[in-house]
Amino acid sequence: MYLLTHAQGDLFPWAAQVGAAERFQLRLGQIEEAALELGLMPARYQRNRQTLSVPDQLRLHRSRVVIVGAGGLGGYIVEELARLGTGTLVVVDPDTFEEHNLNRQILASPANLGVPKVDAAAERVGNVNPAVRVIPVRSSFSRSNGGDLLSGADAVVDALDTVTARMDLAHACRDLGIPMVHGAIAGWYGQMATQMPGEDISRHIYPSGKEQRGVETRLGNPSFTPAVVASLQVAEVCKILLGQGRCLNGRMLFLNLLDMEFLDMEFEEVPIVPGAAPGDPG
Amino acid sequence: MRVTVKLFATFRKGRFDMEVRIVPPGSTVSKIVKDAQLPESEIGILLVNGRHSDRTRELADGDTVAIFPLVGGG
Repeated sequence: MYLLTHAQGDLFPWAAQVGAAERFQLRLGQIEEAALELGLMPARYQRNRQTLSVPDQLRLHRSRVVIVGAGGLGGYIVEELARLGTGTLVVVDPDTFEEHNLNRQILASPANLGVPKVDAAAERVGNVNPAVRVIPVRSSFSRSNGGDLLSGADAVVDALDTVTARMDLAHACRDLGIPMVHGAIAGWYGQMATQMPGEDISRHIYPSGKEQRGVETRLGNPSFTPAVVASLQVAEVCKILLGQGRCLNGRMLFLNLLDMEFLDMEFEEVPIVPGAAPGDPG
Repeated sequence: MRVTVKLFATFRKGRFDMEVRIVPPGSTVSKIVKDAQLPESEIGILLVNGRHSDRTRELADGDTVAIFPLVGGG
């Protein structure tokens, strides 16, 4: 009743959300869910309409996304998923901010050099959208902790920076049947692909699998490349969570921002894991 | 036989975007990589006629090979 009386039309203002959380001793996220269940759009999301409906927004709120890597790609991914209204974000990264991160990593600033990246991510989301729950995990993704980290995820984002870890993540997502969105950058260039349950893209995105790092070791990464690739990854995650549109599975995208070329390449075949249908979001 | 070779991203620097090469019948993708003097450790995706392929793939007259550098940063 409180929610309905404080609604403005079909919008639920932020001040009322904060007021309700204090009055009923609940988390802002719980109030957000209750408002969405009543068909009210939290006013902070009003410009998501009509791209996202109230039921879409509720589905996002009830979603859990694991972002593995909180560097160049991961920082933008956390920012965009939080603003989108994704309910729970698990952010995994063992590192602290260093000076060479400042040219591109949105969570890096001179004031937080030395601060763990996952803590900066949690603080940022707390400022931008406190209705979103962030679970910071300050450790490296590995085969041994993969099952625990990814448990319950509706989608996983690969924002890592070594080939081995990326392959391990793709295999873990394959084994668990969780959709994964891959993104990687080097200088003016980037690539991305989506792995749906039943698929294994690891041999396609890194055919040799021997080298740890790519040409980014020579080229570095400027400010704009991670923002572009991260945004494409978030668009994919949004579609996966909502079951809308056409995802980039069965093919990959190679971006060349220097010549403004965007190549969409189909895989020869995507190996199918028995027992899971390709393209089935699970 | 004639094989069209397309290079992408950093591989274009000091080389070419696209070139038609004459190679002996039975040549593989590996030979194209060596002929273009591309650093082995930097090779990422390889396409033959627009489809993902690997270095051992034997080429046919008229094939197009596309070679991309390994991109792994985050």
